[in-house]
Amino acid sequence: MRAIEFRDVAFSYGEGGFRIPKLNFSAEEGEFVAILGHNGSGKSTLARLANRLLEPDSGEIRVFDTVLDEKNVYDVRRRVGVVFQNPDNQTVASIVEDDVAFGAENVGLPREEIGRRIDFALAAVDMSEYRHAMISRLSGGQKQRVAIAGVLALKPDIMILDESTAMLDPRGRKEICDVVDRLNREEKITVILITHFMEEALLADRAVVMNRGEIVMEGTPSEIFSRHEELLTYNLALPRIGEISQRLREGGMSVSDTLDIEKLAEEIAACVS
Amino acid sequence: MRIVAEHLSYTYNAGSPFAVKALDDVSLTIEEGEFFGIIGHTGSGKSTFVQHLNGLIRVPSSLKRHRAKKPKKGEVLPPAPVLRVGDFDLTEKKTDFRALRRHVGMVFQYPEYQLFAETVAADVAFGLKNFAEKGQKPGKEALDAAVRDALEAVGLDYREYAEKSPFDLSGGQKRRVAIAGVIVTKPEVLVLDEPAAGLDPLGKREIMQLLHELHSTWCKTVVIVSHDMDEIAENCSRVAVFSGGHVRDYMPPKELFRNAEELVGLGLDIPLTAKLVLALKRRGIEIDCDYTTEDFIRKTLAFKGGNA
Repeated sequence: MRAIEFRDVAFSYGEGGFRIPKLNFSAEEGEFVAILGHNGSGKSTLARLANRLLEPDSGEIRVFDTVLDEKNVYDVRRRVGVVFQNPDNQTVASIVEDDVAFGAENVGLPREEIGRRIDFALAAVDMSEYRHAMISRLSGGQKQRVAIAGVLALKPDIMILDESTAMLDPRGRKEICDVVDRLNREEKITVILITHFMEEALLADRAVVMNRGEIVMEGTPSEIFSRHEELLTYNLALPRIGEISQRLREGGMSVSDTLDIEKLAEEIAACVS
Repeated sequence: MRIVAEHLSYTYNAGSPFAVKALDDVSLTIEEGEFFGIIGHTGSGKSTFVQHLNGLIRVPSSLKRHRAKKPKKGEVLPPAPVLRVGDFDLTEKKTDFRALRRHVGMVFQYPEYQLFAETVAADVAFGLKNFAEKGQKPGKEALDAAVRDALEAVGLDYREYAEKSPFDLSGGQKRRVAIAGVIVTKPEVLVLDEPAAGLDPLGKREIMQLLHELHSTWCKTVVIVSHDMDEIAENCSRVAVFSGGHVRDYMPPKELFRNAEELVGLGLDIPLTAKLVLALKRRGIEIDCDYTTEDFIRKTLAFKGGNA
C-alpha cells in the first residue's frame, strides 16, 4: 500500500520565490526512501508539504487513504512525523521525558498511555537511561534522538528526517542512522530521509534526486550513483568512493563503480597482481 | 604570526561542583603560513583551544601569582602556561585584545546564524568599526572600500549584494557574507570552526576552495576545526588530534593517517583514502601516498605499472 503520494502537486512561496511546478512522488508502506538534491532544490518544501506545514497551490497529497485538507491536518500530523535539522530548535521542555511527552499530551492521549509511549519511544532510540536528564546537557546526537522519540511517541506511520544529521559529528550521525534504520526494519515505519551525505543515502531502498522542485532521477542508491555525469548536472557530487573508482577507470584501471571499500580494494588488487 | 601554546589548561566553572576540565596541559605550535587542522571528538577541547587564540577565553589570572611563587626546597612547581600569537602575549592582562582580534579572525560554527544587520554591507562593516583602534574610526570611504574588498574576496559581487538583506540569501551565500565580516579587518590568522558543516557537497567544495584562495591572498595562517577527515587529508599542512583535553599528536596528515589504526582506536574516523590503503595492505599491496585523492590515484595507477 502507498504510505504517501504526491499527485501533480504545485506550490510557490509567492511571486518570484521558489516554486514547485508539478511534483509526483510516492513512498510505499515500510519503504526507506532517500531524497537527494543540492541546497534549494525543494527537498525541505516536500517535507513541509507532507504534513501540511505548507499547503499546496494545486494537486493532492494522500497519506494512506486520506487526502490532506484543512480538516484532517492534525490527524495527518500524528501519522507523519518530521525531524528537522537543528537539535536545539526542536525541544520544548527542559527534561527529556517531558519533551518526549509533549506531542502525545498535545493530542490528548490518556496519562497512562503517554507513560507507555515514553517508555517505548525512549527505548527505541536507546535513550531510556536519560529519561530524567536535562536536555541542555546532552550531546547533539542525543538531542536529535530525543527529537525522534518525541515523534515516535505519536506512533507515526511515516517519519521524515529533513537533514537531521547535518549538524552532528560523525558519531552523532551514525547514532541517528542506526536508529532510523532499525525503526524502518523492526517497527516497519516508512522513512523518508533527506540528506546531503551521499553515504547515508546508501541505507535506503530507493533514492530520488530533486532539482528545481522536480524529481529528476530515481532508482536504487547504487543505480543513482552509477550515473555520474547526470548527478553532476544537478550539482551533486558522487560519494567519495565513486569519485575514486571513476578516476582509476579514467587512468586505465578496470574497476567497477562499486561503493564498497573492500570490494574496490579487491578489484584493485586483481588489476595490479 | 606564529602561535605558541605551552602547558595550557582550562577548567569551565572552576571551583564549582560543575567544574569540567576542558584543556589539560596543551602544548602546540602553529607556524606562520600553515593551513592547520584540528580534529577530535565533540568535547575533546578543540573549541576551547581555538577560543583562546583571540582571547575569547583568557588564560586564568592566577598565573601571575604562579609566576611570582618561589618553589620551596625540593618542590617542583608545574610549568607556567605560555600563549603567544605573534608579538601578543595572551597571558598578560595588559595585552591589547582589541588589536589582537583585528589580527586573529574567528569564524564560528554556522556563522550565518550570527548575521544581524539590515544589509550585507552593514553586516560586513560591523567588525571593522568594532575592532578599530580607539579614536580612529574609519571614514565612510575607507569603510566602503574595505567592505567591497572583503565581499569580492569571498566571491560576492559588491554591487549586486551590498544593499541586499543578508536574510534573503542562500545558505552558502550567507556563510560567505559571515566570513567577509571576519576578514574585513584583514586578519593575519583566520580560525574557522567547522567551516563546511551543513553545506551540500558542492557548497563544501566551494568553501574549501575559498579558504585556499584566502590563504594565498589575505590570511597568512588558516586554522580549521573539522570532523571531516577527507577534508583534513585534502587540505591541511599539519593536523593536531585533541582527545580528552590533551593534544595527542600534531603532524602532517601523511604521518598521522599512516597510523590510521590508532585513530580508529580513539573512535575517530579516517579518510576514505586511508581506509582503501588499509584494505589494500591486507591484500599485500603497499601504497605509500600522502592520503590526498590526487596522490592516492597517482600511486595506485603507478603500482599497476609495477614501479611502486
